[in-house]
Amino acid sequence: MSTYTGAQILIKLLERQGIDLIAGMPGGANLPMYDALYDSAIRHVLARHEQGAGFIAQGLARVSGKPAVCFGTSGPGATNLITAIADARMDSIPLIAITGQVPTSLIGTDAFQEIDTYGLTLPITKHNFLVRSAEELLDVIPTAFRIASSGRPGPVVVDIPKDVQTESIPVSNWPDPGQPAPLPKIEASHIDRMVKMVIAAKRPLFYIGGGIIAADAAAVLRQLSERLSIPVASTLMGLGAMPSDHPLFLGMLGMHAARYTNMALEACDLLIAAGVRFDDRATGKVAQFCPEAQIIHIDIDASELGKIKQPHLCLEADVRCVLEMVEERLPDKPPSNWPSQIAELRRQYPLVTAGEDNPLQPYGLILQTARLLEEEAIITTDVGQHQMWTAQAYPLNYPRQWLTSGGLGTMGFGVPAAIGAALAEPTKPVICISGDGSVLINIQELATLAEENLNVKILVMNNAHLGLVKQQQELFYNGRKCAAEFNISPDLTAISRGFGIPAYNLAHIEAPLDLLKTVLNEPGPCLINIPIAPEENVFPMVPPGAANHEMIG
Amino acid sequence: MTMPISAPHTSTTHSTILTLTVNNHAGVMSHICGLFSRRAYNLEGILCVPFDNGQRSRMWLRINEQDRFQQVCRQLEKMEDVITVECEGIDPDGMNTALTYFNGTR
Repeated sequence: MSTYTGAQILIKLLERQGIDLIAGMPGGANLPMYDALYDSAIRHVLARHEQGAGFIAQGLARVSGKPAVCFGTSGPGATNLITAIADARMDSIPLIAITGQVPTSLIGTDAFQEIDTYGLTLPITKHNFLVRSAEELLDVIPTAFRIASSGRPGPVVVDIPKDVQTESIPVSNWPDPGQPAPLPKIEASHIDRMVKMVIAAKRPLFYIGGGIIAADAAAVLRQLSERLSIPVASTLMGLGAMPSDHPLFLGMLGMHAARYTNMALEACDLLIAAGVRFDDRATGKVAQFCPEAQIIHIDIDASELGKIKQPHLCLEADVRCVLEMVEERLPDKPPSNWPSQIAELRRQYPLVTAGEDNPLQPYGLILQTARLLEEEAIITTDVGQHQMWTAQAYPLNYPRQWLTSGGLGTMGFGVPAAIGAALAEPTKPVICISGDGSVLINIQELATLAEENLNVKILVMNNAHLGLVKQQQELFYNGRKCAAEFNISPDLTAISRGFGIPAYNLAHIEAPLDLLKTVLNEPGPCLINIPIAPEENVFPMVPPGAANHEMIG
Repeated sequence: MTMPISAPHTSTTHSTILTLTVNNHAGVMSHICGLFSRRAYNLEGILCVPFDNGQRSRMWLRINEQDRFQQVCRQLEKMEDVITVECEGIDPDGMNTALTYFNGTR
């Protein structure tokens, strides 16, 4: 019987779990893990900040749909990971964060780089562990993977004291890798009731979200939607589930929806809420959300059912299974005039995308980028105006094409998530659309990007402002612009070149579209700075706290 | 947010006692209390006793959440270390017995 250290057990279990890539940063308390990694075939990507490592792993997980792993040391390593972990929690991403901890004997003594990682990550994880012995790892690691990938996915933290990493124990039997738990059983009577409600509805509408992506339900959603001509509105997290140009697709709902989208929701008499959580950015004032509608809510997380709005029918189930069962049982239904009502709304109240041909305007940059790309790209964004413009206008066409920080709204997500996406899909172009505020947060990951020489293009919409802050101050604070403007704008192209990444400023180029076309289709990383007029705002906009029909612009 | 184990109200008509069976390890109490504080659920009292050779604990939570009662239960059921959540058969004033005991030994 061979003996293994805790660190070797950890690495062996990760290998058995199918992990072939880890993003992380070493430090005093996780050195034994890195020593064990030295002997492993697992590839390690060295981030330049643990938050970067967390988001690189998120990029991997969001693109692959499988749990991804990041490493950090104790103390600041763990606190730096927290934003990426919290982000994974809000967006239901299976992230496994493994942190070093000071030796067990020093826990509670305020030792060097000691922090209560377990306590800190308790409210932002699906579950967390402080491992007390090497033996425990044999149970904890597969369990962590099971938890992260079961039901509604989410992050798990495993905190491992240094003495547990170095403790040697004999291991004769390796546990099976952790797998997602079986899906919950669906009550046939609920499906029957759902079918009846759908048949009875005159103006049914799908309200879909990240759950559709997580459950791999996009195909059956489209089938069902087409068969019964049910239009589909998506949250920020659900984009890509329906092809953007599908006649039944209404785009994103809520705060920055097209007018016709929110108006269609206003008019529907049956809302099929599938894999969504009635987030305030989607619903606006909840009491006035879909006022005429009966509501069917399908979610695998029972605690989401009735959390915000009490549905008429709750299905605690995998959304793909439900839609498939409904599809099977649903009789054909005579066509109604609902699709033509929708088409009319779309005609009267479209999304206005000004400057479509001009790459120096937000919609122009987004639409021209999509047009000039020779193959479909994975799109990541940061958070702010650029994110909302992209969500509104970029033609997203397949699940997992779209990586954005939805729930937590983390500026700094875009670049490291793009690195993770490119690591997961090395042959696909990855475009990170960012802003000059966001890109500075985690700018250090340009070093990681240069080192890995990945196919990531960073497009920075640069308006020398925290744009969405500026917009809200203009609209809701009587134009009292405070702390929204950058008086110093760093030369992002010089910074990028300093990291060894080619960069261009689109303002200084005579034929910007030609340059875009060349750069976007070349392999390797690149940063492009695009000056955007600070007057550009994201419209329409529902004021925070207002009902979705009270749109500005 | 503070979450004291408060003295029982004079009237406890809105209180319910939930009986939880949980895994017994350091941190379970933090998980439970953390849930109540971060979701702003009213938790009026906690009693916790280990059983099953210290493998598990039984926890009594006196809560005051009529409108969100189902939410509280579902959130609790979702936690990895919570094995069962039951809400029947216990008199909400039952915890007063414990208070009487503490008062008597003060």
